[in-house]
Amino acid sequence: MCGAQPGGPDIDGVDLTRAAVVQGRVVCDGVPVAGAYVRLLDPAGDFVAEVPTSTDGAFRFFPADGGWTVRALARGGSAERTVVARTGAITEVQVEVPSAK
Amino acid sequence: MSRTDVLVEPDWVEAHLDDPKVVLVEVDEDTTAYDKDHIRGAVRLDWKRDLQDPVRRDFVDKDGFAQLLSERGIANDDTVVLYGGNNNWFAAYAYWYFRLYGHDDVRLLDGGRKKWELDSRELTADPPSRERTTYTAQEPDTSIRAFRDEVLDAIGAQNLVDVRSPDEFAGRMLAPAHLPQEQSQRPGHIPSARNIPWSKAANEDGTFKPDDELRQLYADAGVDLERPTIAYCRIGERSAHTWFVLHELLGQSQVKNYDGSWTEYGSLVGVPIELGEGGH
Repeated sequence: MCGAQPGGPDIDGVDLTRAAVVQGRVVCDGVPVAGAYVRLLDPAGDFVAEVPTSTDGAFRFFPADGGWTVRALARGGSAERTVVARTGAITEVQVEVPSAK
Repeated sequence: MSRTDVLVEPDWVEAHLDDPKVVLVEVDEDTTAYDKDHIRGAVRLDWKRDLQDPVRRDFVDKDGFAQLLSERGIANDDTVVLYGGNNNWFAAYAYWYFRLYGHDDVRLLDGGRKKWELDSRELTADPPSRERTTYTAQEPDTSIRAFRDEVLDAIGAQNLVDVRSPDEFAGRMLAPAHLPQEQSQRPGHIPSARNIPWSKAANEDGTFKPDDELRQLYADAGVDLERPTIAYCRIGERSAHTWFVLHELLGQSQVKNYDGSWTEYGSLVGVPIELGEGGH
């Protein structure tokens, strides 16, 4: 397995004391967006990982510790947020994307 | 070979949706996306169930490939257009596989499923209907597939291109950040490999960058494209994406994909491994 499942990897069975988790939702006008593409970018802006959002707009990554940009692509446009990941912590982030015309 | 012989635009696909000699094939590791919806008329290939041997770690063999394509209704003289999720990783892997077994006319849909979806193009849940064919596969072309011993021989002698993310390359992570990290292999990379992540060859919407930018990318990373090259990643699908760039788009003849990749190399006893950013 190497591909991304919608929503990102399951958290069940993962030792959270040894992992850094960045997760959240993509929303548009407050409504979760399914099938958006969420990209994790490093401080240089380079791509690290991508998952499509689940039916309830959720995504999750297990990055290394440090600062990251979470960038969401949707039919209406794109938006991004910066986050800091830390081993043993779950970092929540919500990304608001523009509405499709 | 020019770019349009191996890569098609979404508009081209829309214009050929009803062409019986053009077969769309969606390739994914997780085929729930196909079940939900797909491009009209597209048949499905499941990367694991259809393309891997069920027991050994290897491909389905020549006869298995011929039977698979016959069942899906693909003929030897059809134009096969592959696309999928994950920025076409598994579609690129299948492309390499179609080439390995000698299919004549195979192409990738630029941008794959992502660009098609973001463009709000038509998708359907209707199953396709294609008549069974009698497909004949060629003997596998091993000039595009690398095995572990030739990878060891290539250290310091050929281009080794590691297309994983920098953290995987350096040994800080064992898998991409969209996967759990608990794995059995040792972290790191093959000594003398250059780290050029697959994603550097693609735009945000999953389409490939222009040829001149691609050439510059590898030149800037110190890869002499006139030398033989072996690309690898973790399981061989991201490196199939880079194999496609080097062999098909840039027309380099001596490029192999090492499908054993890190899950094989990082498990071998006694082989050299380098940690960190590499000494380049």
